[in-house]
Amino acid sequence: MSFLEVRNLSARVKGGGPLLRDVFLTVEVGEVRGLVGESGAGKSMIGKAILGILPKAVEITGGQIVLDGTDLLTLPPAVRRMKVGATCALIPQDPLTALNPSRRIGAQITDRLVDILGWTRQRAEERALALLGEVQITNPARVLRQYPHELSGGMRQRILIASAFAAEPKLIVADEPTTALDVTVQKQILKLIAALQARHGTALLFVTHDLGVVSKVCQNLSVLYAGKVVEDSAVADFFRAPKHPYSAALLAATPKYTDPFAGLQPVPEAVIAAVRAEVEHG
Amino acid sequence: MALLQTLLLRVITTAVTLLGVAVIVFFVIRVVPGNPIAMMLPPGATAEDIANLTARYGLDKSIPEQFFIWGGGVLRGDFGTSITLKQPVLALVLGRLPATLELSVLALGMAILIGGAAALTGTRLRETRVEGGIDIAQGMALSVPDFLWGLVLILVFGVLVPVFQISGRVTPSLELPFVTDFYLVESVLRLRFDLTLDLLSHMLLPALALAIPLAAIIGQLLKQSLKETMHLDYVTLARTQGYSEAKVIWSQALPNAILPTLTLVGVQFTFLIGGTVIIERLFSYEGLGNMAIDAVINRDLPLIQGIVILFAVIFTGVNLLVDLTYAALNPRLRHG
Ligand SMILES: Nc1ncnc2c1ncn2[C@@H]1O[C@H](COP(=O)(O)OP(=O)(O)O)[C@@H](O)[C@H]1O
Ligand SMILES: [Mg+2]
Repeated sequence: MSFLEVRNLSARVKGGGPLLRDVFLTVEVGEVRGLVGESGAGKSMIGKAILGILPKAVEITGGQIVLDGTDLLTLPPAVRRMKVGATCALIPQDPLTALNPSRRIGAQITDRLVDILGWTRQRAEERALALLGEVQITNPARVLRQYPHELSGGMRQRILIASAFAAEPKLIVADEPTTALDVTVQKQILKLIAALQARHGTALLFVTHDLGVVSKVCQNLSVLYAGKVVEDSAVADFFRAPKHPYSAALLAATPKYTDPFAGLQPVPEAVIAAVRAEVEHG
Repeated sequence: MALLQTLLLRVITTAVTLLGVAVIVFFVIRVVPGNPIAMMLPPGATAEDIANLTARYGLDKSIPEQFFIWGGGVLRGDFGTSITLKQPVLALVLGRLPATLELSVLALGMAILIGGAAALTGTRLRETRVEGGIDIAQGMALSVPDFLWGLVLILVFGVLVPVFQISGRVTPSLELPFVTDFYLVESVLRLRFDLTLDLLSHMLLPALALAIPLAAIIGQLLKQSLKETMHLDYVTLARTQGYSEAKVIWSQALPNAILPTLTLVGVQFTFLIGGTVIIERLFSYEGLGNMAIDAVINRDLPLIQGIVILFAVIFTGVNLLVDLTYAALNPRLRHG
C-alpha cells in the first residue's frame, strides 16, 4: 500500500460550488510526485487537506486521506494533529511570510522538536545546526541566533527546507516552493530540495504549475483541472505521450528550457470546453 | 550611537514638555477667580490681615515674578509649602503618590488580565456565540465611563452584597508596621498577608472601576490583531507541526499581535491615572487624586502646581517606558 492515498476526496466552499472532485492520488514511500495544474485548480487545497490546514470556509464532503494505513479524516483532531506533525512536513510557498518575525531562527526550527516530538533541547539544537549545514548555509551557528528580517528570501527558504526535514518526516508537501523567489535562486532551491529528498528518502508531493520543474525533480505526476485529477502518469511517459487532451495542450503551452519561445501554443478554447464538460459532468 | 541620540532627544523633549505644563498651570490657576488667602481667613478679617498673609505667600508680586521665584525653588527641589496643610508640597505629594501608583498599577494589571483573557478566549472560540457574547460585554463596558462603573460597583458589591470595602485605603483601626507609603508592596514583602488582604479589599472596587473600560479596549484591539495574525503563513505552518490551536494562539500569534496593543495600553494607562482623581474621591481613597481635588477646592496654589507637575512627570515616564518596551519586544526595531 502507498504511504499516502487520497481516495475520492471531494471538498467545497461552504454553501458554494465544489473545489475538489473525487480526487485520487497516491504517493509511495520515497516517491516524488508532481501535482500540476493551472492557478486555482485546487493544488494547494489538496496539500492543505492532507496537512489538516484547510481554511474554515472549506469543508470536505467525501472521500478518504489514508496516511500510513490510517484514514486521517476519521481521527480525532488532536490525534490527527500529532500524527501529521510527526510524519509530515510542509515547505511553504512564500518564505517571507512563513517565518515568525518576532522569533529567532533557531527557536523556529527546534521548538517543535522539543515541544511536540519530545526531543531534548540539546539534540534539537545539534540537529538544527547539522541541517543548516546540509542546506548549505555558511555560519549556521550565527544564523540560528538571527531573526527572519535579517535574512534574504533564498536564505529563509533554505531554513524552511531544513526545518521541514528536521524530524525525518515520511512525507513532505512542497507547495510551489520556488514561485516567490528570484529566478536565479529558484534553480538552487530546486536542486537543494531534490538533493535532500534523495539523501533522506523522503516522499515528496511537489505542487507546481511549472511542467519544466516537474521534468527535473518528479518521477510521477498528477494533472489537476478544476479540482479533478485528469491524468496520472510517470513523468517520462507524460512528456512522450500525454494521455489526456488537456495535458497535451498544457504541455504545448509550456516553454522549453532549450528554446523558450519556440512554438508555444495557448491551451485551445475547444480543449478547455471539453475538459470542463468532462470534469463537471463525467 | 543612534540609541544615545534618541535618548538625548527624548530627555530634551520631556524637559520642554514639563516646562510647558508648569507655565500653563502656574498662570491658569492664578487667572481663574478664587483667592486662597480669603479662604484661609475667618470671616471679618481686616484688609491688613489679608495683605499680610498675601505677602507671606508672595502672592502680592506679579505673576511672572512669582513664577520665577517658584521655578527657581523647583530647580533646587523646593516646591513650596502647601497653603492649607502648612507642609512642604514635595513631601505631601510624594507621601500620597505610592497610594495612587499602587491603585493604578493594580487597575492596569486587572485590565490586562481581563482584556487579555477575553481576547484569547474570543480568538480561540472565534465565529462562535462565545465570541459574540464577549463582543457585547466589551461594548457595554466601553459605553459607561469609569466613575459610573465605580457607582455601580459600590451599589452592587458595597451595598447590595457588601463583600468589599468601599471607603478608604485600609481599615483605620489596624496597626500598620510600614516604613514606606507603598502599603500593598510592603505588606507582601513583610509577609503580612492579613494586611495585604485588607488593603486589597479596599482597592479592588476602585481598581476594577478604573480597569473595566481599559479591559474592554485591550480586549477588542488584541482580539482583532490576533485574528488577523491567525491567517498568516507562519501560524499555519505551526499548525502542520502538531501545535494545538490554543498553543498556536499563545506562542505564535500573541507575541506579534501584542505590539499594537502595547502602544495603546501606554496611552490608555495615562488616561487611567487621570481617572484616579475622580475614582479616589468616589471611594475616599487617600491618594494623590483625592488630594488634588481638595487642593483645587481650597485654591491651594503651590499644592496644585506640585500635583500637576508630578502627574506630568508620571505621564511622560509611562510613555518613555512604553517606547522602550516596544523596542525591546520588536526585533525589527532592536536591530535597526
Ligand atoms: N479561503 C478560501 N475560501 C474559499 N475558497 C478558497 C479559499 N482559498 C482558495 N479558495 C478557492 O479554492 C480554489 C483552489 O485554490 P488553490 O488550491 O489555492 O489553487 P491552486 O491550484 O492555485 O493552488 C480557488 O478557486 C480558490 O478561489
Ligand atoms: Mg496554490
